[in-house]
This record gives sequence, structure tokens and C-alpha cells, in this order.
Amino acid sequence: MKRPSLGSLLFGLIPFVAVCFSVNIWDRVYPMVFGIPFNFFWLISWLFLTPLCMWGAYRLETSRTTADREDGGGR
Amino acid sequence: MTLTVICGIVAVGSVVGFLARYHHKMDLEQWTVGGRGFGLVLVWLLMAGEIYTTYTFLGACGWAYSRGAPVLYILGYGPLMYVVSFFILPPIWEVGRKHKLQTQADFFQVRYDSPLLGAFVALVGVVCLVPYLQIQLTGLGLITEVASFGAIHRTPAIIIGFALVAAFVFASGVRGVAWVSVIKDLLLLSAAVFVGIAIPRIYFGGIGGMFAALARAKPNHLIMPGATPNLGHSWYLTTVLMVSLGFYMWPQYFAASFTARSGKVLRRNAVIMPLYGITVPLMLFVGLSAVLVLPGLSNGDLSLLLMVRKTFPAWFLGVIGGAGALTAMVTAAIQLLTGATLYAKNLVRPMLAPGMTDQQVAKVAKIMVLVLTSGAVVLALYSSMSLVSLWLLGSVGVAQFFPGVVLGLFSRRVTTSGVFAGLVTGIVVALLFMLTGRDPYHGVNAGLIALGFNFGMTGVVSLLTPMRIASFEEILPAAASRSGSSVSLT
Repeated sequence: MKRPSLGSLLFGLIPFVAVCFSVNIWDRVYPMVFGIPFNFFWLISWLFLTPLCMWGAYRLETSRTTADREDGGGR
Repeated sequence: MTLTVICGIVAVGSVVGFLARYHHKMDLEQWTVGGRGFGLVLVWLLMAGEIYTTYTFLGACGWAYSRGAPVLYILGYGPLMYVVSFFILPPIWEVGRKHKLQTQADFFQVRYDSPLLGAFVALVGVVCLVPYLQIQLTGLGLITEVASFGAIHRTPAIIIGFALVAAFVFASGVRGVAWVSVIKDLLLLSAAVFVGIAIPRIYFGGIGGMFAALARAKPNHLIMPGATPNLGHSWYLTTVLMVSLGFYMWPQYFAASFTARSGKVLRRNAVIMPLYGITVPLMLFVGLSAVLVLPGLSNGDLSLLLMVRKTFPAWFLGVIGGAGALTAMVTAAIQLLTGATLYAKNLVRPMLAPGMTDQQVAKVAKIMVLVLTSGAVVLALYSSMSLVSLWLLGSVGVAQFFPGVVLGLFSRRVTTSGVFAGLVTGIVVALLFMLTGRDPYHGVNAGLIALGFNFGMTGVVSLLTPMRIASFEEILPAAASRSGSSVSLT
């Protein structure tokens, strides 16, 4: 099976770093943003930022598939 | 009044479920994977319908109420599991189409050329589905009890609800489920948005007011470990990691990818799905409001329903209850469908009756729907675990499929014995920690520790056993393609 490209894996890594690995940096109540504690606000914003990252990964993967077809590669 | 509304919603949902079979001949392929013809919208609805369940609805609110900030893990793994799905579902779909796979165990059976491994995966999958099924039943019971002010006992409610589910699983398979999801999602989304904004507004003048009041009264509730002794940062990190890697290892979500029309549909789906998670924080706001408005509840899972009952007119509790009941039924239906197919197709046929036709498999599967339903009913009546805890229990089990799936897709070196050894090790380690009450172990999620052992064992045994090139070439035709910019995992 064709493996994902390094670029799209890096795009996928961004949400993991932001939402998971950096928990002790953002798990705090203050500063509140729009009246929401910082940790809640941070995770809510990544509901919107993750699709952006993955859209980047999507663009990379689709252009790669198209290139494959043109040079006769892929399956 | 409340009960009339709930029954009305459930009735409409059931009728849609039954009607979905029109124009489609119900053979095994249509019943289990919708003839592999679902486009972006239907796959999205099916996946959302399966993923946002009673556990998200009542359980997230319940944990926000009883545990506080550790509930953030639900908000954390939400987007991350789609990131994982972006990379693994399209290749799974491709293998699925090429080899006409219908279940997760099919994947293992074909990829590793071992009906025995397939049967083992099916067995583990069915066992893990039981607590998930139990969540839906418990949810139905809670809803009916609260909605009827205790007039209807949960036992008859659970039995009637599940008779309906079993009936529409029988009649229309996965297509019925997808269409009932449409109704349920519309109701659930609008109800969640409304309740999540209205309840903080009514009691605290807004979401900001609610958080300000809570930060004054119980500041520790808002950061980890919240109201718990041991669910701190390392627990959050390891649990989010374990759940997001393992989420699509749930046999029903794994199999849902086979319903898609193309791999591209799944990839696009993975990009947009995190947005749907916006209902989760709204549920959390309700649970957090309840901390100050309804202190001292013994069962946190009741907090959403009791808040709604306290705040809104009876008919509105009916709408929420109806949406909740339909959610429980849709989720249970797909779990039954998956569990029953796994049992009939991957356990009974290869192990006991190799000569079975597809029709006979479908018949055994339908009998199994009844067996699983009754099993979960019994468990739901006698167990008292919180909804989220039940769910984590099953998640740890299914996460152990991850090495076998990912290495199976992308590595040529992994062997059948390696995957078998890893899977057994992972399950044994997880059971050891959990049965001796050591989860989390020094703040680390036991499921992730088990997954580590699993990966290690899979790797070591794979390297020690010879790989069978022949089966690879047949099953992974693209494996021979040039790597170029691709990342090498072998």
C-alpha cells in the first residue's frame, strides 16, 4: 500500500502537538478568552484549526495521486 | 406529554429505517456495507451518526459534572482520531474493495492469510462491542426514567426500545441506519446548540457568566485533574493518544469505511469531520452549569436530562429524550449489525461450518442480533459503571488491533505470528492492569502501555518469523511501487 507523504504526515502531526503533547502548557483557566477558560478555548479552536491542517494534507495527497497517474505510476 | 413526544420521534425514526430498504435487494453485501455506494453526505451522516452517541450526549455531560476538566480528553481526541483516519481509512477502503471485504476480521483474515487470526479478531471485537451496546441500553433506560418522572421503570423501556432496533436491523441493514441517522443528527445538533447556549444563559447570563461563577466557586474543577485524584496531564496525554489511534479500530467504524464510494470520499470526510465536534463543548457547558445549579447528584450521567427537566417545559424534555432515544437506537443498531456479522461470517463460518452460503451467514447473523441484544440487556440491568468508563473499557480492547492494521497496510515485513503474538500480549497486559485496578498506572493510561507491549511483541516476533512474500504481492499490489518521497516504515 502506498505510504502517505512526509509532508502530509507533518500536517497531521501539528494537531497532535497542539491538542495532545502540549497539555501542560495550555491547561490553565487564565487568561480567559471570550469568557471561556483558556484550556476549553484552546481545544475548541482546534476543532476549527485541525480541518485547516488536514486540508493542507489533502491538497498534498491529491496532487501526489494526480502526478502518479501522469507518469504512469501508482497502481 | 413528554412521553408522547418521545414515542412520536422514535416512531418516525423507525418508519424511516424500514422504508430505507425500498429499491434495494437485501443481500449480504447490501445489508452490511450498503452495496459500497455511499457518497460523501451519506458516509458523513453514517459516521457522525455512529460516532456521536449516547456516550457523547449523556456521558460527556456527566463527566463534566462529576469529574470536571478531565472530560477535556473527549474534546482532545475528537479532532485527532480524524487525523488518524485520514491516513488509514483510504488504504483500508482500497484493500476492502479489491478483496470484497465486509468486516474488520475479513481484513485480518485476508491480509494475514489466516482464518484463525480473523476469527480471533472477530471474537475480541464482539466482546468489546458488548459494553458499548450496554451504554446505549443504559442511556435508553435513563432517558425513559427521567422523562416519565420515574413512572416507567427502565426495564420495559429498554426491552421495547431494543425490540424496535432489532427489527429494523433485520429489515434494512446499514442503509436503514444511515437514514435514521439523518433525523437523529438534525434533532441532536439543534437540541445541543439550543440547550448548550440557553442553559448557561438562563442561570448565569451567558457562557462567560457560568465560567466566571464556576472559577470563583470551584476553580479546581476547571483544570486537570479536576474532581479526580489521578486524572492529570499524563493521563490526558496517554488517553488521548490511545483513543485517537484506536478509535477506528472499533469494528463498526472500521467497517463503515467500506460503505464509501471511493477512498477520496473518506479523505474529504476526515478533513471536515472535526467541525461536527462543536456539539461536544456545548454538552460540557450544560454539565458544568449543573455543577452549581444541581449539586450533589449521585449519578452524573443524569445531569443533562435533569437540567433540561428543571429548565424547560415538558414537551422540550420530550424532544431531547426522543433525540437521545433515537441516538441510542441508531448506535445500538450499527453495533448489533457489526457484532452479528462478525460472529456469523468470521467465527462460525470459517471455524464451524465452512460450507455456509451467504444467505445462511445472513441468517446466523440475524439470530446473533437477538443473542447480543439479550446479553446487553441483562448487563445493562445489573451494572452500575459510568457511561464514559464503560466506553474506555471497550476502547482499550479494540485499540490492540492498531499494530496489526497499520503495519499490515504499510509494512511488508510484519508476519501473521507477529500480529497474533502482539495482539494476545496487548490484551493480556491490558487485562492485568485493569483487573488489578491499576488503570491509570502512575498516571499513564493502561491501554497505551498495553499498546506499547503489543507493538514491541509484533515487531520482535515478525522479525523472528519468515515473511511470506507470495501473499504480500497478491494482497498489497501497490507495495512494490516506488517510494520516492514516501516515508519508509520498514
